[in-house]
Amino acid sequence: MKIPIKWLKDYVDIDLSPKELAHALTMSGTESEIRYIGESWEGVIIGQIAAIDPHPNADRLRLATVDTGSGLQTVVCGAPNLTVGDKIAYASIGANLIDGYTGEKSILKPAKIRGVESCGMVCSERELGLSDEHEGILVLAPEAPLGKGLAEFLSDIILDIDVTPNRPDLLSVIGVAWEVAAITDKKVKLPDLTYDEVGEAIEGQVSISIADQDLCSRYSASLITGVKIEESPEWLKQRLTACGIRPISNIVDITNYVMLEYGQPLHSFDYDKIKTNKIVIRRAQCGEVIRTLDDVERKLTENTLMITDGEKSVAIAGVMGGANSDITENAASILIESANFNSASIHYTSHSLKLVSEASMRFERGIRPDLTVYALRRATQLILQIAGGCAAKGIVDVYPQKYEQKPLILRRSEIKRILGVEFSNEQVLATLKGLGFEVNIESDSEYSVKAPCWRSDINIEVDVIEELARIIGYENIPTTLLSGSIAHQEPNYLMDLKNRVRQTLVGFGFDEVINYSLTNVEMLAKAYASNALQKEPVKLYNAMSAEQEYLRTNLRSGLLAILESNLRHEEGPVRIFELNRIYIKRDNNLPNEPEILCGLMYNPEQEKVWPTNTPPFDFFTVKGVAESLLSSLYVRADFKASDDDSLRPGHQAEIVVSGSKIGVLGEVHPKVAAAFDITGKIFMFELNISTLLSFALRSGGYKPIARFPSVIRDIALVLDNNVTHKQIVDIIKKFSLVNEVILFDVYTGKQVEAGKKSVAYRLLFQSAEQTLTDVAVDKVLEQILKKLQGALGVTLRA
Amino acid sequence: MIKRAPKTTKSNITLNKTSQNLTLPVTMAYNPQIKTKQELKKMSILEQLEELKQQAVCELDAIDDNKKLDLWRVQYMGKKSRLNEVLRGLAALSIEEKKTVGGRANQLKQELEAILKEKETVLGEKMVSAKGEEAIDISLPGRKPPIGQLHPISQVIDEMCRIFISMGFQVVEGPEVEWDRYNFDMLNIPKEHPARDNMQTLWVDYENEQGERPMLLRTHTSPMQVRVMEQIEPPLRIVVPGKVYRYEAIDATHIPMFTQIEGLAVDKGITLADLKGTLYEFVRRYFGSDRKARFRCDFFPFVEPGVEMSIECIVCKGVGCRVCSNSGWLEILGAGMVHPRVLEGVGIDPTVYSGFAFGMGIERIPMLRYGIDDIRLFYGNDLRFLRQF
Repeated sequence: MKIPIKWLKDYVDIDLSPKELAHALTMSGTESEIRYIGESWEGVIIGQIAAIDPHPNADRLRLATVDTGSGLQTVVCGAPNLTVGDKIAYASIGANLIDGYTGEKSILKPAKIRGVESCGMVCSERELGLSDEHEGILVLAPEAPLGKGLAEFLSDIILDIDVTPNRPDLLSVIGVAWEVAAITDKKVKLPDLTYDEVGEAIEGQVSISIADQDLCSRYSASLITGVKIEESPEWLKQRLTACGIRPISNIVDITNYVMLEYGQPLHSFDYDKIKTNKIVIRRAQCGEVIRTLDDVERKLTENTLMITDGEKSVAIAGVMGGANSDITENAASILIESANFNSASIHYTSHSLKLVSEASMRFERGIRPDLTVYALRRATQLILQIAGGCAAKGIVDVYPQKYEQKPLILRRSEIKRILGVEFSNEQVLATLKGLGFEVNIESDSEYSVKAPCWRSDINIEVDVIEELARIIGYENIPTTLLSGSIAHQEPNYLMDLKNRVRQTLVGFGFDEVINYSLTNVEMLAKAYASNALQKEPVKLYNAMSAEQEYLRTNLRSGLLAILESNLRHEEGPVRIFELNRIYIKRDNNLPNEPEILCGLMYNPEQEKVWPTNTPPFDFFTVKGVAESLLSSLYVRADFKASDDDSLRPGHQAEIVVSGSKIGVLGEVHPKVAAAFDITGKIFMFELNISTLLSFALRSGGYKPIARFPSVIRDIALVLDNNVTHKQIVDIIKKFSLVNEVILFDVYTGKQVEAGKKSVAYRLLFQSAEQTLTDVAVDKVLEQILKKLQGALGVTLRA
Repeated sequence: MIKRAPKTTKSNITLNKTSQNLTLPVTMAYNPQIKTKQELKKMSILEQLEELKQQAVCELDAIDDNKKLDLWRVQYMGKKSRLNEVLRGLAALSIEEKKTVGGRANQLKQELEAILKEKETVLGEKMVSAKGEEAIDISLPGRKPPIGQLHPISQVIDEMCRIFISMGFQVVEGPEVEWDRYNFDMLNIPKEHPARDNMQTLWVDYENEQGERPMLLRTHTSPMQVRVMEQIEPPLRIVVPGKVYRYEAIDATHIPMFTQIEGLAVDKGITLADLKGTLYEFVRRYFGSDRKARFRCDFFPFVEPGVEMSIECIVCKGVGCRVCSNSGWLEILGAGMVHPRVLEGVGIDPTVYSGFAFGMGIERIPMLRYGIDDIRLFYGNDLRFLRQF
């Protein structure tokens, strides 16, 4: 809401500077800024169009001769509304204006436009920073003094306030005046609402009935006959313009003016067009159509409230009038509507029709029905003053269920309980009365409080307490630390696990990334060699774009995309991971949101750099990462051959813990890598951290340190290629004296026969009871070799 | 193939190998008075030991590095050394000889050990004090163990959670896909209320049996206030970090997914002064003890009174700059006393209990701290950006 400070001063004395005023309002809950209109208008004067000639080289441009009061200047101008005799804002060379196209500030320079020198410029509202209007030039009132600076005539200081959804009263100048008065300890001066009612009684002329009282709690109206529709006087137009409302004609302008003044939206009908002399307020029929003032045909549902003449609709209640009852220049009898409509209904209508108006903005915040008659009287009074005519005797006021405001009890103890501070009796009384509240002292410890009719946001005791806090000021609230007993705490194991995993991976040289959860099905499928979606993702109803229409069901796609984009500007190695949620659809329930860890490793062939020996980069690199990570979490995992569609067949494994699959790892399928435009091997691991949680961070207990020395034997075995390391180790480890089995070589080649491989292990024998003798160890070793031979056909290498 | 590995460590194995390879040339190199085996045989065992001692001492004098010293040790004190031979041969001698020869041999062994030790010390000091051509170029880069970076948002969440944990708050997380009941209704944001419009909502394409569309991406972390209060009796203190979503066109200051941290404390006797104290303490710990903070009134439907906290501008320290729109202050969070209707909704008696809640956007904090002017950088995942934090 934009309010000229000059206008605000009609109702309250202001001795703060505009900046101080804005600050005070901001601190008390209403973010405010000051805009100076005309601050930068040096070099802009009031001119008059003396003549208009065609541009010799351009059809859409014209040459305007401007009388500047001290001579004539020729200006090239493209505005369609150039009219000889109009007073305009003329900017001479060097003036500081806003570029109409870029919106940036710029200094006006001499320019030749299509071969004709333009000496200055005729300005639009946008170029002057008045509004965004740039279709035509700004036309000033005829009484604007020729040759004088524009700032002297038009400058203003505007209070621009950002009104929170609970305060419809601050969408009015008087509402803001009350606020200012309370903050600065001043009195509010309200307009006198009297006028002469010399016409016939309104009763016989207008009949009003509310069919749907749940959506319309009050409907007040007045009738003025014999008005003259004209342009509004300059002061009125200026105030509306300053508030961002385009002046139309005196009647419409007055209803808008009073809406800005009181916060109560009004509507004016050309009463001669209401042939039935009746107003019926009812819900729309399903599929009903109305052409609104903005000349758009709108289809309605039964949730929308309509103003009708009993036969046809003449307005959408609280949102916009119909074209069929519009005030045109021939109108003579005017019916002014000042009504109260249900806020939720107006919100629904305004949003479903995508039609937000000044009226709907106020109604949807919920204004009180008490307000209608004040605004109605004010509008009637101004119409009589400005447009003439005579007012019918009385008003119609249909108010089926009078709003009874119950006084609220404000307890001093409650102030202390909520704010942690006590205010003096004087502070409480002065603050609330300053805001227009009725306050009665009920006892030493209680007040009875009634909010003024423009405040619809005061419904319970704590609402009143907030009024005290915000007006007295939060700087007057003390600062204390929580002193109650410390709440019962449940350890958050999942958070701990996630933090630990993150820290460990960072220690392994991985950078953490975070992707958007929103993606599209193509991207989700791209991570699989078959390019098929593995799970149906959760879809949004109102996605912003097709790129972000689904919630992700995997982290892989996003990580591969990140790798792809980073490889555009770096060679690698790249190690990245993300630990975040995926979203798995469930029937008639919120999706599952398991926490997934996914990591990628990419290591291109590199030229040798210091320090020279680079470790190998293959499947076992990524497996090692997973093994170390899991062992740091006290998890013992098995790895089984797997068939994950993102990974290369035969180069991937499932990670299994206590029989549960918790993840996969392996080389990214070359097809997938190619889909992401990546050449070279990528290795990936993926763990379901939510599943892992039940196995992780449980330390395996304590084993006493062996007191007796160990004995080492190295063995080299020859075995079939398909016999796995795990099969051998599983057998060896069954022998209780074997403490450790360390693989130290795997060999295939000339030295062993085809189809076979040679593997070498170091075995550590140790007993908890005694020092082992060579004889005892050799005996066990012999048994081990026998067992290996029997079970797997393994022989000792000669 | 079975190899009986020595019980000693692997490095010793290597060392033995090396010494064997080097034995010959080194033996040739020293002592011109070397005696042939026949000459030695002619001498008595005691004489031989004496000769051995002189040879050993003489050679040891000339040794100037550890390798040679090792060879010397093998030569004079090893298993195959003459001294060892003498000691092993003692059994064949008469009791008398055993006494004299054995005594002398053991004495010699001790003498040799002593001078060996002395020499080792001397050589060790010499090695350590080596300068000049033997010193390494310490400016060469080290063999770095790889190290990564946590995402800046994770870092901020960690830091903030730690502060609140130390003030007795518990960290909890909640679902990102929510029911409108938790996201709005139970937080005193009814349907068809303009307060809902302030949080442009992304709805899930799901319709229930009543034909309503109640599933959404949470627009704030506040639904967890309700979920926690439904489950835990006061007193309670929680913080909730997490992702939230809004229907926002993407630009330098808006993205559809961002991160918040929510706080809630409910107990008997919690006041606005406690809220102020808790948040000011947070500011002191997170932004530094000289950072000023202030409260002003603001509106959030689920708190009353509602406030907004600003801190003195991080960039200009309160003087006024472009970042703080010349105000000297930066808004960083919304807060307030839990609305009685919210408490009633979860079955907590608002006449007995009171509480405060706060919510803060996370991205804004590192943006201010590091002068990042484009919020999209956080989720653009350019490693050149992420590795700076």
